[in-house]
Amino acid sequence: MANNSGDKELVRSANMRSIYDKKRRVSDTILNGLIHLSTGFALTIVLVILGYIAFRGVPELDFGYFINQTSILKNTVGILPNIINTLYMIVLTLLIAVPIGVGGAIYLNEYADGGRFVDLVSFTTEVLSGIPSIVYGLFGYLFFGIFMGLSYSILTGALTLAIMVLPLISRNTQVALDNVPNSYREAALGIGSTKWYMIRTVLLPSAIPGILTGIILAMGRVVAESAALIFTAGAVAKLPSSFFGHITTSGATLTIQLYFEMAKGNFDIAFVIAVVLMVIVLTLNFLARWISMRFDVNRIK
Amino acid sequence: MENKIVAKNLNLWYGEKQALKNIDLDIKEKSITAFIGPSGCGKSTFLKTLNRMNDYVDNIRIEGDVILDGENIYADGVDTTILRKKVGMVFQQPNPFPMTIYDNVAYGPRIHGIKDRKTLDKIVEESLKDAALYDEVKDRLHTNALGLSGGQQQRLCIARCLAVEPEVILLDEPTSALDPISTLKIEELLMELKAKYTIAIVTHNMQQASRIADYTAFFLIGEMIEYGKTDDLFSRPQDERTENYITGRFG
Repeated sequence: MANNSGDKELVRSANMRSIYDKKRRVSDTILNGLIHLSTGFALTIVLVILGYIAFRGVPELDFGYFINQTSILKNTVGILPNIINTLYMIVLTLLIAVPIGVGGAIYLNEYADGGRFVDLVSFTTEVLSGIPSIVYGLFGYLFFGIFMGLSYSILTGALTLAIMVLPLISRNTQVALDNVPNSYREAALGIGSTKWYMIRTVLLPSAIPGILTGIILAMGRVVAESAALIFTAGAVAKLPSSFFGHITTSGATLTIQLYFEMAKGNFDIAFVIAVVLMVIVLTLNFLARWISMRFDVNRIK
Repeated sequence: MENKIVAKNLNLWYGEKQALKNIDLDIKEKSITAFIGPSGCGKSTFLKTLNRMNDYVDNIRIEGDVILDGENIYADGVDTTILRKKVGMVFQQPNPFPMTIYDNVAYGPRIHGIKDRKTLDKIVEESLKDAALYDEVKDRLHTNALGLSGGQQQRLCIARCLAVEPEVILLDEPTSALDPISTLKIEELLMELKAKYTIAIVTHNMQQASRIADYTAFFLIGEMIEYGKTDDLFSRPQDERTENYITGRFG
């Protein structure tokens, strides 16, 4: 117990010092410096990348790119089909993944009896989110493309991406539901609300910022994804001939197009696409922040 | 005085642990019944059995009967929605929903299908008046209820409970999170409400029980030790344990 009495000595000796007698602690200074350095480093990387893309891409921006498709016959170059394909991909993926992801999370959090089953599903979801996206591509190509006969199409791509973003959506929904105070549940059930009525009128409105954040992050994944799409959604960049028919045709998103342009050495157009992608991703991020503030029912205006 | 609720030979287990042992207790109509006792004595657990709010606790087992107006609430096929419309509950922590004051009070009536705006307006106003809150909030019915003070929030919760026109109101330590002034307001309110409603209240505060309750039950480690008219229980306790508790020797 020698150590213990030594500690006591230290504590006692601290009382001898004046409160103005501030000690400089070297470890504090070093740690402080390191923290600032890493923050600065992270910020610099972001600024350099954004700056370089803007520097290379912005001068190449031409309104023509946004209203044309690339055509040798008409001698036009454009990314309009890719922009449209990207929008199709986002909407279709979310249409598939959101009901399943949100519904599943509600079931797991509010209905399932806890225990083994919920643990198993949560574990599976976590594993699902750790799988490299090219593996999803392989599965999507073989299962949806070949086995289900959907071949290269936006639908095949969207189904593949839906599986991929499912963990993101259900995880965020579960966390959001977890954060709703239990007292809300008690209050609603305590005056005779049914479980589903309580979920609909109290839980979901309270959880909506978290759920929307998950959905917007999923949108970001869809916009950014290439590996899982190259063998599922395919490489065609043509304007749609029919609104719904377009779903079953092959269509390259912006990210895929960027890959092709890079492979062909067309860096000018590649940087234009990069600028467009950056703008979309940044917009989505700001949108996520704004929405989670705007729809936060617990914030008193 | 008629019996509103009769608990018969009620036993309750959380897993292996027995939390209520052979409770027999009648709650009289249009009066205030208080449950007192030290922490963990089962008084809150017992209160929650009266409108089946224990249904959502994992690994819980309940034996015995709770009879409300001659009907066993633990019988098969009981609709808890209707049960809890008749037997409402107010909790320890004020728990208004993150909605407007109006929507909070209208929540219950809406569950039961009332949509007409005028009817809802009337219910909201009357409930808030009954809960002695109307004058304080009438100009901001459509602002977020979370902006109210703790005491106001608790009276809002009482108003929300009154809005479904219950017959019984269960209150689980409703003033333990409130300041003394708010506490007195709620006590005064309960004294008024007992003219129309049957009230059962769990309280940590023996003075509170002696101030407002007509009947008091003393719980200890899952058993109901003594039950009777409040005056009798506090002035002439029959059981030594009751006497020790109310004279502050433990608890």
